[in-house]
Amino acid sequence: MVDGCEGDRRSPRFCHIGCGEGTAEERCWGMQKSLLIDPDKCTSCLQCEMACSFEHEGSFNPARSRIKIFEFEHGKRAVPYTCTQCAEAWCVHACPVEALVRNPATGAVEVKDDVCVGCKVCTIACPFGTVNYNPDTGKVIKCDLCHGDPKCAEACPTDAIVYVDSSWTGLDRMRRWAGHVDTNQSAKA
Amino acid sequence: MNHVIVGAGPAGVIASETLASMGHGGHITVLSDEPEPPYSRMAIPYLLAEDIDEEGTCLRHSDGHYEGLGIAVKHDTVRAIDAAARSLSLASGGSLAFDRLLLATGASPIRPPIPGMDLEKVMSCWTLADARRIMEHTRPGDDVVLMGAGFIGCIILEALVARQVNLTVIEMADRMVARMMDRTGGDMIAAWCREKGVDVHVSTRVNGVSRNSDGSLALDLEGKAPLNADLVVCATGVASNTGFLEGSGIETDIGVVVDEHLETSVPGIYAAGDVAAGFDFMTGGHDVHAIQPTASEHGRIAAMNMAGNRTAYRGSLVMNTLNTLGLISTSYGLWDGVEGGDVATAVDARAYRYLRLNFRDDVLVGCLALGLTQHVGVLRGLIQTKTPLGKWKDVLMADPHQIMSAYLATAQDASRRAA
Ligand SMILES: Cc1cc2nc3c(=O)[nH]c(=O)nc-3n(C[C@H](O)[C@H](O)[C@H](O)COP(=O)(O)OP(=O)(O)OC[C@H]3O[C@@H](n4cnc5c(N)ncnc54)[C@H](O)[C@@H]3O)c2cc1C
Ligand code: SF4
Ligand code: SF4
Repeated sequence: MVDGCEGDRRSPRFCHIGCGEGTAEERCWGMQKSLLIDPDKCTSCLQCEMACSFEHEGSFNPARSRIKIFEFEHGKRAVPYTCTQCAEAWCVHACPVEALVRNPATGAVEVKDDVCVGCKVCTIACPFGTVNYNPDTGKVIKCDLCHGDPKCAEACPTDAIVYVDSSWTGLDRMRRWAGHVDTNQSAKA
Repeated sequence: MNHVIVGAGPAGVIASETLASMGHGGHITVLSDEPEPPYSRMAIPYLLAEDIDEEGTCLRHSDGHYEGLGIAVKHDTVRAIDAAARSLSLASGGSLAFDRLLLATGASPIRPPIPGMDLEKVMSCWTLADARRIMEHTRPGDDVVLMGAGFIGCIILEALVARQVNLTVIEMADRMVARMMDRTGGDMIAAWCREKGVDVHVSTRVNGVSRNSDGSLALDLEGKAPLNADLVVCATGVASNTGFLEGSGIETDIGVVVDEHLETSVPGIYAAGDVAAGFDFMTGGHDVHAIQPTASEHGRIAAMNMAGNRTAYRGSLVMNTLNTLGLISTSYGLWDGVEGGDVATAVDARAYRYLRLNFRDDVLVGCLALGLTQHVGVLRGLIQTKTPLGKWKDVLMADPHQIMSAYLATAQDASRRAA
């Protein structure tokens, strides 16, 4: 963040500060907040899944939670896992009808239910597997950061999930990994 | 600088938007030979099923979207290209000059060389005009024959069932979706369709179609009793729209041949989407994928190169997902495996679940899935990052369903290494 940045996350094209951190293809991340996930703190209590499904579905149904806890190594490790709202947004590019739209206020990629036709192309395009098809509605579901007030972070008793300024989150690391999947950014001639 | 884009499908539209966002400081013109505002062919099945109206097929929804970005969308057909004079001749009579050109003309359906394919009630399902015609000619209970159960055929199948017609499917290959499913998966999809009341005939050839005196159609099937139908929908493949390039000097084979910058054999002329034979991520060879994700990637990368931001491209990963009457199938990359590579499978035919993972050494190179709807995309992640799975490969060989654990373990390691 530089002096004078309003953090309004508009495309850098319209930014009057021009800190140079954004690029033409990517959104400016300004004062964006993100979910910071620390698997080491996760006790697999599933409070986040409960809170998420209640927020989005109106009922406690972890199967429809946008954040999922994965246990492995026979329960020795638990990993909360959800969309990183990645800059590349493979899902957005792949959608044939513009049903996935970045919310400029939160930076989250949101599903427009009235536009989504349920073709599922986004579910195979996202290399993180964080858009899922919901057969009950015939549409897809993904994390929308609860429009800036993520219930999973609020519900997590151990701070394994917190909602903080992007620059702290180590999300860059995740995003760099995303870049590794890229067909172009990482392969500039 | 005049940027001209021929074709207003996803490849052309995404290219025009990418150019606009890069502030290239020139004119952007998109030409379309279809009368509608730019739309998505992929949305057609949902229009047929009456889930959406025509408006819902639009690629972009906000008023003045193109004008606001400085993109001029014009409805005209390009007849020919004079590559040396940098000029297009248009069906409306005039010509249009370009500095950089993108060919994004897509593909068109092809029909087998048998009698009767020109009959009025033999229809393709490729454009909005086709969709309107099919909607006009199908009433609940009509006998409809779908010729071709490839990827597009199977998508239309779902939509025709939604229109409550009495559907029979005729496929020449030995299984359904032969280009994205192995025998096990294809057979499971066929069994599922039959269970849902759709009559599926594989390994069946249509020798010809003729008109009965009452106006209905008769299909002559090789080695089988003839079949009557009110309507035949033909989904027997597509071919890239390259006809107008004849004599232009632009190299074509199955599509327009492009290099890693999506540039054709003529400098300054690019190609993207269904018309382009671009690099395949897995094989390194040229191929026409004819899928939406490849069209959108092509459009973006071609535009970056057109704007002077030289961007090389590692090729597209072929990927498909299909919903056949509620049974969801997915395929990625080298779904049929590689020579000398290991294959892990888990089949539960009764539950219609199938997962097949193909490896080269300890790297996932392709896969097939039936009945998988959660976190499917990680399969792409693993394939496209070529993540060495190490000991996780053995876990997956024993139980392919451990894919998410394998992904989290190896991906997290990969992201730590990158940090
Ligand atoms: C029914 C149906 C279902 C599909 N479902 C899926 C799916 O589920 N998943 C998937 O990945 N893909 C699917 N596809 C394929 C996908 O729609 C195509 O891969 C995609 O549309 C290709 O985009 P494109 O921009 O290259 O070409 P197109 O979308 O075909 O656009 C090309 C445009 O160029 C215009 N044009 C052609 N020639 C000229 C000319 N000489 N002058 C001016 N304009 C011209 C055409 O009229 C058209 O508007 C489906 C296709 C159909 C028909
Ligand atoms: S769903 Fe996947 S592709 Fe889309 S923003 Fe999230 S991580 Fe990126
Ligand atoms: S499933 Fe919906 S959001 Fe996803 S690509 Fe298809 S239309 Fe877009």
